[in-house]
Amino acid sequence: MTDSPDSTTGPATGPTAGSGTGATAPAGPPATAPDLTKTGAAVGEPAPAGSGAPTAFLEVRDLKVHFPTDDGIVKSVDGLSFTLEKGRTLGIVGESGSGKSVTSLAVMGLHRASRQQRAKVDMSGEIWLDGKELVGADPDEVRRLRGREMAMIFQDPLSALHPYYTVGNQIVEAYRVHHDVDKKTARKRAVEMLDRVGIPQPDKRVDDHPHQFSGGMRQRAMIAMALVNNPELLIADEPTTALDVTVQAQILDLIRDLQKEFGSAVIIITHDLGVVAELADQLLVMYGGRCIERGPADKVFYEPQHPYTWGLLGSMPRIDREQTERLIPVKGSPPSLINVPGGCAFNPRCPYADLPKDNVTRTVRPELREAGGGGHVAACHLAQEERERIWTEEIAPKL
Amino acid sequence: MTETEETGVAAGTTDGTDASADAAPLLKVRGLVRHFPITKGLLKRQVGAVQAVDGIDFDVRPGETLGVVGESGCGKSTMGRLITRLDEPTGGSIEFEGRDITHLSPGRLRPMRRDVQMIFQDPYGSLNPRHTIGGIVGTPFRLQGVEPEGGVKKEVQRLLELVGLSPEHYNRYPHEFSGGQRQRIGIARALALKPKLVVADEPVSALDVSIQAQVVNLMDDLQDELGLTYVIIAHDLSVIRHVSDRIAVMYLGKIVELADRKSLYEAPMHPYTKALLSAVPVPDPKRRTQRDRILLTGDVPSPIDPPSGCRFRTRCWKATEVCSTTEPPLVALRGGHKVACHHPENAPESVGAGTPGTAGSGG
Repeated sequence: MTDSPDSTTGPATGPTAGSGTGATAPAGPPATAPDLTKTGAAVGEPAPAGSGAPTAFLEVRDLKVHFPTDDGIVKSVDGLSFTLEKGRTLGIVGESGSGKSVTSLAVMGLHRASRQQRAKVDMSGEIWLDGKELVGADPDEVRRLRGREMAMIFQDPLSALHPYYTVGNQIVEAYRVHHDVDKKTARKRAVEMLDRVGIPQPDKRVDDHPHQFSGGMRQRAMIAMALVNNPELLIADEPTTALDVTVQAQILDLIRDLQKEFGSAVIIITHDLGVVAELADQLLVMYGGRCIERGPADKVFYEPQHPYTWGLLGSMPRIDREQTERLIPVKGSPPSLINVPGGCAFNPRCPYADLPKDNVTRTVRPELREAGGGGHVAACHLAQEERERIWTEEIAPKL
Repeated sequence: MTETEETGVAAGTTDGTDASADAAPLLKVRGLVRHFPITKGLLKRQVGAVQAVDGIDFDVRPGETLGVVGESGCGKSTMGRLITRLDEPTGGSIEFEGRDITHLSPGRLRPMRRDVQMIFQDPYGSLNPRHTIGGIVGTPFRLQGVEPEGGVKKEVQRLLELVGLSPEHYNRYPHEFSGGQRQRIGIARALALKPKLVVADEPVSALDVSIQAQVVNLMDDLQDELGLTYVIIAHDLSVIRHVSDRIAVMYLGKIVELADRKSLYEAPMHPYTKALLSAVPVPDPKRRTQRDRILLTGDVPSPIDPPSGCRFRTRCWKATEVCSTTEPPLVALRGGHKVACHHPENAPESVGAGTPGTAGSGG
């Protein structure tokens, strides 16, 4: 994607507010772009690639991130689309190797930050952030957005913070890169942010080094660093995985409060369904580099449509339910991303793979289809009625 | 540590009255202490100690699963290493099948190693990458000089099958296996000598959710099949609830609550347990608004200089004067439910309100 999509969209497709408009209206007669056909897409359904600037705050269209290696192409993300509005939270769930972290790094432009990295990755698709396309954009331009418009909280605060510099200096640096202020003002801002994220005695702790902070405080410091420029998009990649439950609860509350205060869009990436249930409005389940189910959090939790989502729910021991005798694991292990199974990537592990006729699960890759309404989509060959029957009769009672 | 020894004796006497403790315990731990010295200067003068485990008492009964939970740094892993005698206790006593093993020399420990085995957390770090699977699982036989019926190879293949791997994997190397499969190899190795007690330190925390369930089920099946006794150490309260019969909650080197699963999860008595349970994220979006979560402030204090009296008092919302002066002993309150707290929750006279994880009639 070297050509800037902005030139192909025709005139007057500024980011108009209002989600009701849905699909992009063909804003001009020039029929240069062949696929400007109207997309009768559901709410929250991203328009197909190449159809111009979106109305959503963040829109990812048909994102592909492939890494060529000696053993073959690792298709970490293979055709992922989603949208996200300001003030909303999207949860991305999946096991290790499902492509969730690669997606977040792609949105941040971190796969293409240096020349060496650009040589190692093969990226296509579109990422629209507030009317700007990022995949084809100049890396320097993306760098100016990174930290200001979009920021990231990483999983391991000990390795994400620099051990040599004080916490304060690192926050000050993040602020001064994007704001032309003197050190004193920036330092004041750093203290203010540390205070905001609940670090006791922020004016003293600002001069501490990361090793002097506990795990939870480091994560708070990183959140302070991420939020110092009031970003409109915050990506949290496993923000609480390294933390204890009591601290995890504090951090999740903090993220929720800060989102309310700043109104940013938040993407939370995790393998823990419990964590997303705490935060997310929208949920996206990834498997083998693709989205296999997406929808409002309530829908995905209470009426999951994909056998993999059932498997995830069945594998978790639940503290809020009556004790079950046995967990219902998903058999087998996650697929290799070099050699993703043909057809539906989940078919070797799916207990219902033989239900659809003609071996279709092993030959045809299922596309995301409307399931259950309300913008809930799933990529599964099973008929809708069949899935509802299996869920209500076989799966739900055992959970 | 005279104080801890006293509480040890006290707990020992209450044990005798337990209705369920009729069988002799397989493992008996009294006043177990492990302090890691902090030295300074050229002469390595000791200036303090990390009080990783500071006086704990518990029994493990044959055939049961004891779960041990706590946050990082509470001493649960150190406790696991002490009871398998991979580490030397500073004080207290450990009895395995009535025999004192607290300070046995490595040579004299060797026969005991047959009966006590460990499953480690990291399936990548715990298998030697240069040994084949057959070599790894067969090592216990070689070390113990045991010649199983039909030869080592046949026995190893039987073990591989037992844990759900193919016997053809015998000649492969660890890197050829996924995390879940490696954990199965670790389990096969631990079971090779038909141990009586298996100590598993975070056996599933490095695994993906779907694989985690496979390993949990496997351990469950093996327990039924081989009559194993487990001590499972984990930080995940949902997993612990699923696997354990009895649960010990640790905080800063002490056991603060010890009870059977049902009574612990339905009516936790220690404020810390209550806070822990309320903090567990639940995969149910509706509950995020319904439940009242207890948010603990701050972090776990340093085990180098733990708070006086009750160690939880700095983060406890019920703390009073007495908590800072007197250390609460671990005593049995209702039906053998042991708790170390001056102001227990869900005590017999109070009604258990708002306890998370209640299933039906809580409290």
